[in-house]
Amino acid sequence: MSAYDELLTRYQPVIGLETHVELGTASKMFCGCSTEFGAPPNTHTCPVCLGLPGALPVANADAIESTIRIGLALNCTIASWCRFARKNYFYPDMPKNFQTSQYDEPLCVDGYLDVEVNGALRRIGIERVHLEEDTGKNTHVGGATGRIHGADYSLVDFNRAGIPLVEIVTRPVPGLGAEAPAVARAYVAELRDILRTLGVSDVRMEQGSLRCDVNTSLAPVGATQWGTRTETKNVNSLRSVERAVRSEMLRQATLLDAGTRIVQETRHFSEATGDTRPGRSKEEATDYRYFPEPDLVPMAPDPAWVEALRVALPELPAARRARVRTELDLSPEDLLAVSNAGVTDLVLATVDAGAPAGEARNWWLGYLAQQANGRDVEAADLGVEPAQVARLIALVADGTLSAALARQAVDGVLETGADMDTVVAERGLAVVSDSGTLTEAADKAIAGNPDVAEKVRGGKLPAVGVLVGAVMKATRGQADAATVRQILLERLGAG
Amino acid sequence: MTSGLREATGALTDLDAAAVAAAIADGQASAVEVTQAHLDRIAAIDGQLRAFLHVDAEGALAAAAAVDERHRAGEPLGPLAGVPLAMKDVVVTEGVPTTAGSKILQGWVPPYDATISARIKAAGVVMLGKTNMDEFAMGSSTENSAYFATRNPWDLDRIPGGSSGGSSAAVAAFEAPLAIGTDTGGSIRQPAAVTGIVGHKPTYGAVSRYGLIAFSSSLDQAGPLGRTVLDTALLHQVIAGHDPLDSTSIPQPGPDVVAAAREGARADLRGLRVGVVRELGGEGYQSGVLAAFDAAVEVLRGLGADVIEVSCPHFEYALAAYYLIAPSECSSNLARFDAVRYGLRVGDDGTRSLEEVMSATRKAGFGAEVKRRIMIGTYALSSGYYEAYYGQAQKVRTLIAGDFTSAFTRCDVLVSPTSPFVAFRVGERVADPMAMYVNDLCTLPASLAGTPAISVPCGLAADGSGDPTRLPVGLQVMAPALADDRCYRVAAAFEAARPEPTLPEPTLPEAAR
Repeated sequence: MSAYDELLTRYQPVIGLETHVELGTASKMFCGCSTEFGAPPNTHTCPVCLGLPGALPVANADAIESTIRIGLALNCTIASWCRFARKNYFYPDMPKNFQTSQYDEPLCVDGYLDVEVNGALRRIGIERVHLEEDTGKNTHVGGATGRIHGADYSLVDFNRAGIPLVEIVTRPVPGLGAEAPAVARAYVAELRDILRTLGVSDVRMEQGSLRCDVNTSLAPVGATQWGTRTETKNVNSLRSVERAVRSEMLRQATLLDAGTRIVQETRHFSEATGDTRPGRSKEEATDYRYFPEPDLVPMAPDPAWVEALRVALPELPAARRARVRTELDLSPEDLLAVSNAGVTDLVLATVDAGAPAGEARNWWLGYLAQQANGRDVEAADLGVEPAQVARLIALVADGTLSAALARQAVDGVLETGADMDTVVAERGLAVVSDSGTLTEAADKAIAGNPDVAEKVRGGKLPAVGVLVGAVMKATRGQADAATVRQILLERLGAG
Repeated sequence: MTSGLREATGALTDLDAAAVAAAIADGQASAVEVTQAHLDRIAAIDGQLRAFLHVDAEGALAAAAAVDERHRAGEPLGPLAGVPLAMKDVVVTEGVPTTAGSKILQGWVPPYDATISARIKAAGVVMLGKTNMDEFAMGSSTENSAYFATRNPWDLDRIPGGSSGGSSAAVAAFEAPLAIGTDTGGSIRQPAAVTGIVGHKPTYGAVSRYGLIAFSSSLDQAGPLGRTVLDTALLHQVIAGHDPLDSTSIPQPGPDVVAAAREGARADLRGLRVGVVRELGGEGYQSGVLAAFDAAVEVLRGLGADVIEVSCPHFEYALAAYYLIAPSECSSNLARFDAVRYGLRVGDDGTRSLEEVMSATRKAGFGAEVKRRIMIGTYALSSGYYEAYYGQAQKVRTLIAGDFTSAFTRCDVLVSPTSPFVAFRVGERVADPMAMYVNDLCTLPASLAGTPAISVPCGLAADGSGDPTRLPVGLQVMAPALADDRCYRVAAAFEAARPEPTLPEPTLPEAAR
């Protein structure tokens, strides 16, 4: 029995997740600065997001709308009236030394998200979804840890300061047993898919636009009170979410076995070692001295508008998966392959555009996946729309394109950005099916290879392949090989 | 000691703003001449008065020249084009040093303009410089400036009020016909009252706060000071109006206060219901102040107003509520002064941690009153105390607003003295914060309710100490939210009707004659 399985005989885990999502709005939460990632440091700044004396915030209406849509997708109640609050603490990445956030009046409360692990649905309670501003980004130079203590100097980039940030907080989730790490991962994965479907964020964990803090505690099996929890930060991939919970469970079990109390603390996950390290110890509890932000007016979303947003929500991943199961005529293995490749949307959209499911699957897992890999982009970003793929499949089905020509057509679309029909027309990619043209080419091939022709006439049918190759070459590959073979055999009287 | 700083000189500096604008528009004087005359007066007397922290002669003359250029080109000029103005140093001005009266911002040159700065520029108003103030607008005497105390032109031994004391002194001493002040608990009205000029605190949200260095965000409001009600209204009209950069700015046009001032000047208040607030008077008020106020009420009655007494029972809690709300908000607003991005930095010698440098900077950069309020506010917002202090104070605020609402069902405006005292002596109250805080007793209710209030001179009184110097007293006129025009109408009517000579020039010492 592994140490992990063994600990579960004695302890039961409780997990909770706090997820921060940078919204993909064009401008920041409280000013007009761009939110674009990767610009030179401190170029997307203004008096407001630098916290200059006298500057005032103005709330970004798009960010409020996105937050409400997230809340609706997570089955939350939307507040009819709520406010921003100031969270006061000193840190050099915070231009005002307070973060404009929400405290006891969040925009969205009391929702849930169902996630599927090993074929079973687990309901994760959502306590709240609120809107706040991101901080700047510190780089601590010198020193061993890359943290502020011990650094030679620190650099601050305020480009990120003020980017709208949505915080999604789950209720504590008990009763998961051995599946706690997998459920944590499945929750973040499902949340990521929902956010992507809503189009509110690019949800790139590696760029920090989706960031996860994982709370973990252990209590003895049968205990009625939960254990002391730790909060693990810096969990920047789905795999890390799972590893962080598992490693924290193992660490806490070791301490509890030794009779050591768990300290409530912030810990940092290390991708390199796969374990957690203590964060800066807090000698005293932080008092953020929250109070309602007097520089902003309260938010009072009109219920009719909220209802309109609810009605206009796109099909969410769970519903889509259910539809994929019923509508896509694919084997369970194929469904899984499509899902794992992250192309379910693309396959479904291709089917919606009229293609058979099997063909759509083959293209998105085959040639198109290769092209995406070769270009190091997601299939969705390849530049070939599902409707174009459906058109391609139709052209193959009606014999206009051969498989080889179809691949050339995709190459043409990728090179020119033109649509499928234009590429096929401009490059003359249609299969040559005119029998006069093919008969003429066949006769030329026979005349040019009299000895091969004689062998075929003599009954050595496989030799016809040489002649087929000659015809295909003459027609630049645009003929259907089977048709050519048939014509050749007829002309040689060997059919 | 009385002074000669209010002496009329027969020069361009004697003109009020409306007259200056008319002289420029008629070609009788250029904006450059007017500006130079005021710069000369500043050069001559500000060594004694100390109203300015920074004089921007170059910028002022360039702005004036631009107005003259536009005038020569036949372009239409606004009603205050070419008129000089003194700007309180809490208002951010692009390219012109801005300190809010604090060492922690010494040397900071803002890269942007406050909305009011931009509107003043667009109107062709000429900013002469930045005026002294209590540090971060915390005070009632301008003695809390980190740089120096400003003197009252009526008596150089006395304070000019505060926190907008540099602005009030500059206007009262003819260094500028107009000034911008800010009012959080009375910081426009009380300085106007004790220097014998007009000052208006607009309805909260009527004037943009974008670019005002925040003291207490839910209370701060910028407003105009002038020597006449009409001048004050003209400046109000330039700076007021919705600003998309301030979420708390009122998204609708304000009333025409200039028209209201002109209407008021006809000195007819028949049918107007005036409420005298019972709680703003009596014990603790100087007898000379009360006498001047009573006489002013009789003037209003004489203009046809129906005067009644009203009770606002929660006003007595205004001081306590204010001194929780304002410090709480300031403790957060002033957190940004941390030595990281701008302003003072102390102790950054490579041996100290970030926290140590932040602490050393804030210790050296903030004065005693600012530290006192940051500490009070930090405490009041602390976990476990929030409801008892900040939460309770906000409830009191609602009750005070309710008192106003109730009173305004019975009357159109409320009146009171602007301050319980005339100008006191420099140093007289600095040792006792409570003695300083009670300056704001009459002005705090309108601040907490967000309603407009104006102070207009209503006579002179001695301070009762035996010193015979007669000093200005202010009449405060309070109106419902958005009804700033009522303040101006009543103030203008009073101004037109008050007995002459209402504001005699103070006796000049021999040396100044």
